[in-house]
Amino acid sequence: MGGLTDIRLEAVNLTKKFDRKTIFENVNFELTKKSSVAITGRNGSGKSTLIKIIANLLTQSSGELNLFSDGKKVKKEIVYRYIGFVSPYLNLYDEFTGAENLKIASAIRGISGDNSDSVLKQVGLFERRHDLLKIYSSGMKQRLKIAFSILHDPYILLLDEPTSNLDLEGVSVVDDIAGGYKKDRILIIATNDAHEKSLCDSEINLNKI
Amino acid sequence: MFKQAIAICKKDFRSEIRTRYAINALLMFIIVVISVIKFSLGEEKLSAEMNAGLIWIIIFFATSNGLSRVFVSEEERGTSLVLKLSSEARSVILGKLIFNTVLTFIINFFIIILYILITDLTIKNIALFSLSVSLGTLGLSAVMTIIAALISKAGSKGTLYPVLSFPLLLPLMLASISSTWLTIEGAGLSAIAGELQMMVSYTIVVITASFLLFELIWND
Ligand SMILES: Nc1ncnc2c1ncn2[C@@H]1O[C@H](COP(=O)(O)OP(=O)(O)OP(=O)(O)O)[C@@H](O)[C@H]1O
Ligand SMILES: [Mg+2]
Repeated sequence: MGGLTDIRLEAVNLTKKFDRKTIFENVNFELTKKSSVAITGRNGSGKSTLIKIIANLLTQSSGELNLFSDGKKVKKEIVYRYIGFVSPYLNLYDEFTGAENLKIASAIRGISGDNSDSVLKQVGLFERRHDLLKIYSSGMKQRLKIAFSILHDPYILLLDEPTSNLDLEGVSVVDDIAGGYKKDRILIIATNDAHEKSLCDSEINLNKI
Repeated sequence: MFKQAIAICKKDFRSEIRTRYAINALLMFIIVVISVIKFSLGEEKLSAEMNAGLIWIIIFFATSNGLSRVFVSEEERGTSLVLKLSSEARSVILGKLIFNTVLTFIINFFIIILYILITDLTIKNIALFSLSVSLGTLGLSAVMTIIAALISKAGSKGTLYPVLSFPLLLPLMLASISSTWLTIEGAGLSAIAGELQMMVSYTIVVITASFLLFELIWND
């Protein structure tokens, strides 16, 4: 699906305030397919907040954020179909196994074909797919979140501290996936980690805005 | 949208079967309350009016105990992001509404059977009694669902639940109690037509309002 559609993400004067406290002001960017950007800035500068706004999980206080697919604006309600999202704020269901979590997510998305097995292999969790999430280690949970984010083959991959808790092998899984996405889609990583930053071709530094 | 709603509802049932968040609290409550009624009544017979009132009081507190869990538990565990990232607001509210309604029907069926067994209640018009209870149940679960959604966003969670839902539910409860009472005494359709009409229109209004309101509260 990625090769055909032209996708464009555009932010104009994006500003977020919590109550009256301004987190960031007038963020502008335009991303088209085959681009990647790292969102950086000190702790509390609003990286996670910005990435949540892009994922349509929060709304901005002012400014415009729009997603265009083949030149047509994508309606807010269906932006979720375009987005894959990994974040420390995301929790999958503890009472289900790794495989069940992904199958349930596909069902809720209304995706008919089920590629959870291949995604589980990709993140190295296939052997442990029948274990409850409750007993997963933190690195295994992180891997499952990554599997969840790419399950539906999204156009835009949003990663907030994607390699936290991962071992070397896990980091290379993220490297491979990130490399694949920036080749023909959009990749955005919110991070302070030098390695994660190095996966992206450009940078938005929230300290400097 | 409907397929996605069903998937959400199925997920909730599987989750409920594994965790028994709602069911355990509900069963305990129902058994305790009905036993207390039994012990305090002894051999005394209650009037139809009293019976109807008691049945709906049990139903109200039992459901406000159990149903508030649905949204609150997703919000507390941080899993509501899974839903937000995988579907639209209207699929979520529809899925939760179906789940809550089915759950409320099961609970209420259980409450009423138990109540009848313990108090030896005779219902003269069983068909219309069932209809009254069913319509009341439908309205109740609709109100409980949207209030649970509102509360999951508020700070104090569970304690607010009965407080907020009671005034909203009052008109529905009054209609349910009176048609339950009348059908226990054997009333016909014409005697409770007003109540039935009230319950149906109440439920339609609540469901419509829920869809509109939920779109607004679901994203932040
Ligand atoms: N719901 C909220 N209500 C009020 N303030 C909030 C809320 N969420 C975040 N904030 C504030 O917004 C600011 C930015 O938070 P955010 O999590 O986006 O930072 P971050 O750049 O991701 O930090 P880190 O590097 O620690 O991950 C912080 O000062 C935080 O306290
Ligand atoms: Mg952060």
